Amino acid sequence: MKTAHDHRPGDPHALHPPGIEEPTASGFTRVPLVELANVSNRYGKTPVLQNVSLKIWPGQFLAIVGPNGGGKTTLLRTMLGMIPTTDGKILLRGQPLKRSAMERIGYVPQLETIDWNFPITVEEVISMGFYQRNSWFRGIALSEKKKLQAVMERLNLIGLGDRHIRELSGGQQQAVFIGRALLGDPELILLDEPTSGLDIRSRDDVIHFLHEVNHQGVAIVITAHDLNWVAAHLPWAICLNRRLIAEGRPDKIFNADVLKETYSGDLVVFHHDGMLVIGERPHAPHP
Amino acid sequence: MLLPFQYEFFRNGFFAAVLVGALCGFIGVYVVLRRMSYIGHGLSHAIFGGAVLSYVMNVNFFIGAGLWALLAGWLIHLISHRRWVGADAAIGVVTTSSFALGVAIVSTRRSFTRNIEAALFGNILGITPTDLWVVLFICLIVFGVLLMIRRQLLFATFDPEVASAYGVATGKIDLLFVILLAVTVLASTQILGVTLVAAAMVIPPVIARYLSQRFRTLLIVSPLLGAFCGAAGMFMSFYFDISSAATIVLTSTFLFFLIEVWSWSRRRERNRPTRSSS
Repeated sequence: MKTAHDHRPGDPHALHPPGIEEPTASGFTRVPLVELANVSNRYGKTPVLQNVSLKIWPGQFLAIVGPNGGGKTTLLRTMLGMIPTTDGKILLRGQPLKRSAMERIGYVPQLETIDWNFPITVEEVISMGFYQRNSWFRGIALSEKKKLQAVMERLNLIGLGDRHIRELSGGQQQAVFIGRALLGDPELILLDEPTSGLDIRSRDDVIHFLHEVNHQGVAIVITAHDLNWVAAHLPWAICLNRRLIAEGRPDKIFNADVLKETYSGDLVVFHHDGMLVIGERPHAPHP
Repeated sequence: MLLPFQYEFFRNGFFAAVLVGALCGFIGVYVVLRRMSYIGHGLSHAIFGGAVLSYVMNVNFFIGAGLWALLAGWLIHLISHRRWVGADAAIGVVTTSSFALGVAIVSTRRSFTRNIEAALFGNILGITPTDLWVVLFICLIVFGVLLMIRRQLLFATFDPEVASAYGVATGKIDLLFVILLAVTVLASTQILGVTLVAAAMVIPPVIARYLSQRFRTLLIVSPLLGAFCGAAGMFMSFYFDISSAATIVLTSTFLFFLIEVWSWSRRRERNRPTRSSS
């Protein structure tokens, strides 16, 4: 049976994530933090995003899943204004995207894109979070130094400030870049595959910390490949393969049909011990 | 030790070498980390075209070659920001063309062979007090601006795409950096010559990277090494009667090999299997 939170794009009865969509006491519906309306993007002649419409609400925590080349990273970069749209519009708190309005959006890139041989310490990387507000010629103020210490304490990075970023564990490395995003007091943090390449323990640390940040009212959008991890930990998901295929609670939208449309492959979906489990259907053995 | 300081030409050359060594060492940290080592080499060749043109047009070297260097820097910035052309290719296009222009002019006039030699291999002992003041002025300006924009420049160097998403004006920062680089090369060309400027910009930061993994430390160690090589090279030039530009670069090369051997022996020591006591 279809529920209120399980829908396909264009569904007029589609609702927003639970607890976020209701009109406020004053009678006005809250404005989405980010709204994408029919956004399209292409690299040369190859379309990467096609008519993507999406709303991200204050305090929301969602994952974007989809195949490689399905447009997940492009969607994040489009929201950040790093890639111009070829069609459609993006609104930030109801206003067209502007550089000054983006100060409160944090971005954590894929760890694979980092040059780990760059001679830089943990503290130097996190401090970069201040630069967006600093003028060209200003240094870091005393109050900002205190804030830096507070963020490092929150991330369990105290005592590691002078270490080279390469010397940390995978979870700690991710924490450094999340810390850089947190210094700008963001309302929204976009993370590109934050658990990629991490072991189970480190992934657990990262999701635990992200939930903590989310509980303080910061909206979080991540891209991910592990559907089981998304189903186990996140309240909302989006299936994307150049176009938006489905949006809703993972246990509602992660079904064989949606996943087949998203990944163009057969996936097995079943419930076990109250958990949603997604697995690959094994190929027939060679004769 | 103080004997060479009796001569004015040595004093001027010594201070110019120390200043330019420190400046090249400082800006070289960013050059190496941005993987633009080729740019020092390229810009100095571009300046050669400007130097020849200023000589022909009877314009002051610093003004003529300086304007030419700024133009070359701006063109490199413009071309390298095309998505399909890398910085290395942009440097190749602009600087070799400019060098070729200089060579073409030289080939039509045989009268200024000595000045061209000075541009190619440096003429540190011909530095006048006015030249020294100009070099000092350039050093102060470049050091000052680099110190002021060091944070944004670091972000734009470490992670340019994300820096842009965080509101750092990476385009402006890159352009400003290329201009500062062009001015640095201009100040250094007269001292080290077109052919050896790149070494002063690359070797001290590379040595410094062996000594520290901390960016702030590199910004202190590398200019100190550059200044030391400038000073030591000048003394060796005086006592062994060898070209000053060559001794400055060879000093840094010697230090590089020294640190490489030290680093190799440390690695060997670390990897040696420990014997259990029986």
